[in-house]
Amino acid sequence: MLNFILSRSMQSIPVIFVVITITFFLVRFAPGGPFDDEKSVEPEVKAALEAQYRLDQPLFSQYAAYLGDLAQGDLGPSFKYPGRSVNELIATGFPVTAELGLYAILIALCIGGISGVVAALKPNTAQDYVPMSLAMLGICMPTFLLGPLLILVFGIWLEWLPVSGWGDLPGDKILPSFTLGAAYAAYVARLSRGGMLEVMSQDYIRTARAKGLPERVVVLKHGLRGGMIPVVAYLGPAFAGILSGSFVIETIFQIHGLGRFYVQAAFNRDYTMILGCTVFLATLIVVFNLLSDLLAAWMNPRLRSQLGGNQ
Amino acid sequence: MGNGFRSVTRAFHVLLTVFLLILGGLISGCGSSETRVESGNRTGVFHVGNATEPQSLDPHVSTGVPEHHIQLAIFEGLVSKHPTTLEPVPGVAERWEVGEDRLTYRFYIRENARWSNGDLMTAEDYRWSWERALTPAMGNQYAYMLYPIKNAEAFATGKIGDFSQVGVKVISPQILEVTLNNPTPYFLQLLDHHSAYAVHRPSIEKHGSPTARYSDWTRPGNLVGNGPFKLTEWKLYRHIRVEKNEHYWDAENVALNAIMFYPTENLTTEERMFRVGQLHMTKYIPLDKAPVYRENDPDSFVNERYLGTYYYQFNLSREPFKNVKVRQALAFAIDRDALIKTVLNSSVTAAYSLTPPGTLGYQPPKLVGFDPNKARKLLAEAGFPNGEGFPVIELLYNTSEQHRKVAVAVQQMWKDHLNINVNIVNQEWKVYLSSRDQLQYDIARAAWIGDFVDPMNFLDLGLSDNGNNRSAYSDPHYDYLIKEYIPSATTPKERLERFFEAETYLMEAMPFVPIYTYHTMFLRDKGVKGLPANLMDYYSYKHVTLGNDEVADNAVTEED
Amino acid sequence: MSEMLNSTSEAQGSTSSQSGRVDSINEYEKGTSLWSDAWLRLKKNPLALTGLGFLVFIALACLCTPWIAPYGYEEQNLLLGASPPSPQHWLGTDTFGRDLLTRILYGGRVSLMVGLIATSVALLIGVTWGAIAGFVGGKVDAVMMRLVDIIYALPFMIFIVLLMVVFGRNLWLLFFAIGAVEWLTMARIVRGQVQSLKEQEFVEAAISIGLSKWAIIRRHLIPNALGPVIVYTTLTIPSVMLLEAFLSFLGLGIQPPQSSWGLLISYGVESMEEYPWLLIYPGLTLTLTLFALNFLGDGLRDALDVRASKD
Repeated sequence: MLNFILSRSMQSIPVIFVVITITFFLVRFAPGGPFDDEKSVEPEVKAALEAQYRLDQPLFSQYAAYLGDLAQGDLGPSFKYPGRSVNELIATGFPVTAELGLYAILIALCIGGISGVVAALKPNTAQDYVPMSLAMLGICMPTFLLGPLLILVFGIWLEWLPVSGWGDLPGDKILPSFTLGAAYAAYVARLSRGGMLEVMSQDYIRTARAKGLPERVVVLKHGLRGGMIPVVAYLGPAFAGILSGSFVIETIFQIHGLGRFYVQAAFNRDYTMILGCTVFLATLIVVFNLLSDLLAAWMNPRLRSQLGGNQ
Repeated sequence: MGNGFRSVTRAFHVLLTVFLLILGGLISGCGSSETRVESGNRTGVFHVGNATEPQSLDPHVSTGVPEHHIQLAIFEGLVSKHPTTLEPVPGVAERWEVGEDRLTYRFYIRENARWSNGDLMTAEDYRWSWERALTPAMGNQYAYMLYPIKNAEAFATGKIGDFSQVGVKVISPQILEVTLNNPTPYFLQLLDHHSAYAVHRPSIEKHGSPTARYSDWTRPGNLVGNGPFKLTEWKLYRHIRVEKNEHYWDAENVALNAIMFYPTENLTTEERMFRVGQLHMTKYIPLDKAPVYRENDPDSFVNERYLGTYYYQFNLSREPFKNVKVRQALAFAIDRDALIKTVLNSSVTAAYSLTPPGTLGYQPPKLVGFDPNKARKLLAEAGFPNGEGFPVIELLYNTSEQHRKVAVAVQQMWKDHLNINVNIVNQEWKVYLSSRDQLQYDIARAAWIGDFVDPMNFLDLGLSDNGNNRSAYSDPHYDYLIKEYIPSATTPKERLERFFEAETYLMEAMPFVPIYTYHTMFLRDKGVKGLPANLMDYYSYKHVTLGNDEVADNAVTEED
Repeated sequence: MSEMLNSTSEAQGSTSSQSGRVDSINEYEKGTSLWSDAWLRLKKNPLALTGLGFLVFIALACLCTPWIAPYGYEEQNLLLGASPPSPQHWLGTDTFGRDLLTRILYGGRVSLMVGLIATSVALLIGVTWGAIAGFVGGKVDAVMMRLVDIIYALPFMIFIVLLMVVFGRNLWLLFFAIGAVEWLTMARIVRGQVQSLKEQEFVEAAISIGLSKWAIIRRHLIPNALGPVIVYTTLTIPSVMLLEAFLSFLGLGIQPPQSSWGLLISYGVESMEEYPWLLIYPGLTLTLTLFALNFLGDGLRDALDVRASKD
């Protein structure tokens, strides 16, 4: 097990390095620079601006300097927000997005997991169709539709909840968490239904039943563990996806999260911010994929014995 | 299966409990029913939607309107603007004298003008600040606002290195003398621009190099300004709070206790915030909401002319736009009235000239209008009868709901009236900018928002060496008109006549097709008084009062 | 915890004594019977059939749009503006006075195309990549999956902007770009499935009788991983349609006056209180289509599930 973690961690270093390198050069080739604006910037002014951010140096020495700073944990100053460092921006945005993502995932697991499992126990009956159809609404309703609809109903018609913000007004975290969670709930429901169906037809489940184990034990101990493998495999990418994909929710609800910073950095050609977010997200993605692989391996009896050999 | 179902039901209960706990955590503290507007009215706090997170509050770094709207609260110019007429009114300077030659200005700084930390303001503050604003290393994108000052441009572009040659002189701590290159009728207006604001030298130098963009001096607690308010809180992407500055020379006339600025990027969300009482005032309003408010809540709906022109420009380096008749034909085939009435919900005014009418009393010529027969005739004369043989052209705009709507409607008008095919091309902002800069387009949407109220600010767009021209229009005679003929006018009236002449010349060449004059369009709570809409979208928060008139002056604290 | 582990390994132990899998090898050898069996089973599933019928109907309607549409998709009537449903315009008109029914039909062509093409690209690359990585394992697996991590972490928006700039605006390119991003999760899911499948006896049996690796992947691993793949495919189609809408909305996708369902909805949301029909009808069309797709997908999954059919 430890070997597995170690070797995967070692593999991650080149991954992150390659990501940094590609991104560094990729953003430079995108048309438009960080200081281009509606009103044209005079050449002297532009040169002065570029000098302040080392942009006047050859690309490779910029790259080397960037890596040097990165090694010390310095992601550089933001171009778009001259008084801010990228570290500060990420430190502001990440906790918000992480909190939003955490609530969303919990909501998704609760709603999705339950409907999926319930549906799988009696496939092709009303007990299957009703929760699955509800879960499907989550997939079929894009967040940019669901969010405004929820706001309209709960924020404006009923006036129960605030229409925007995060941590500014009481209850303002509910709508965004639900909106984001709904989309993932649908995925979780479908994956867990598929997984449960797969597992419940496995021989070892039949064996367990034949041995006279109570159905509760069969479903909860044997069934759930196997049936949730696809869900767990999905969770890693899903969490990473939430971190980079909460942009729409954050825009609709005016939330100061990292998703919004990241997309705007791309639009603003805020090179250091794009790179900083990419490095940060790449690390998270690698970590989460590793965690989800570990968890899936632990849940899969065959792989587990192969990995650990300690049973 | 029955057993399984029961166990799942139990699991369901467990999960449900977890779920409810989360929900409870999320709701926790729910209950206060007072809206921000109500509590703001009670405590004298003005809640304003301010479009985007400000890039920087450093007046020599920032470039945008949202930044300026905050700076208007925490800084004050040497000369201010009247909130309605925009005429120059005393600011930090209580009076000024203009020399006979209209080149020398003497400003007398108020004796009680102070920085927000209590320091006295002096003429030296302005000399130092303007040196900073013009220093090349600063990279101030609006340095050109100070270029009317003698030698300022030469200093800013590095041609001279000695600031003492620039026409800014400290006569005494209270007297500042400024010398200009040429008589500049709009010079006093420029002094209210953020590029001309004074900044507090000791607090800037305390936090690093004076010309560094990456500096902490603009943080709450560090920033020392001279406006009616001072910066007290800056929560990234959440809000900025400014509170009444007790050292401000006119503090006793400031009614508000505090202003909260919210970065409301999403227009739809901003409108909702206004509707549920979270904002006193919005920055914009979604186009589709305009008729609704105009009908149901006209008192909250503000729609006023704005000093800006929305236009389409041709790429004159490409065929078939080298032919003036093609350009005119396309211009005459746009039905502005239909476009504005239907697509733009009557929220703007049709434009027939580059300069908005009434700019400093100037009435521009009207040489273009909707005339499909004339348009067809012009196109035929250009060699494309009934659009035959006309290439498929592209109409470029940057991603935005409004630009899309205009483009889609104009595309159809050209198809209907001229029988030509136009492809609409929508580009992301920076790509669009670089396409326009490199002349990689056929026709592009463009706009110019005036920096100051003077036709010159619009008409110099046609100069062949203006970086904002971007149309490859280049005509030595027009350059002569703008650079020599107009500045040599001796009376204001003659100057306006010459503007008329120049604009007539430009509109006959038609490198730019004016479409509409911008309007500011936003929502404002009925209780907000003392904040008139004006041509420049200029705010003076000094005289703003809210809701009920008995605002308790001492109740600064507000629950959030 | 230890009890749980033990009982699972017990169950696993008893699995190995069974030999149900060897039959299924024979079944796949015949090839055709799998699909004809599946079709027979699918025919018994009314929901799946309804879904299939609806999809065929929508696809035909969109295919024949140029002949059956009452108006042109770009045909404006500025004087009419936005009007609610009427005998002339069954589903009403938008702010330009364009017929909504026509626009939904034309939009369907784009949405269905993007769904079909991008998903096929994702499916093709993802399944192949995942199957190879999972089956070969070892260093090859590590390298292949780290490549997936790298692409995951790259800033997607910049990538799309660059594609558009380098290759110009092209609908096919957009489809391809979306597919090229969506395959990543598919690859992870397939790899996980293949990894657990290849430990099973019927694969070991196939190896022992000397089948080539490629034949094993093609005949045994991919068909057995079909269930989750189908489920994930039905999840991918909506997400590519929404991604298209998102990109188009940002100016990186299709250009007006063309439209797609996702774009119609995102415009409809902006004016949902003023002109609700502009949101309701495109929303309903998309939601119903996705519902149909999911029912069909579930039906297919169940029909192709060899083990379930043996019960």
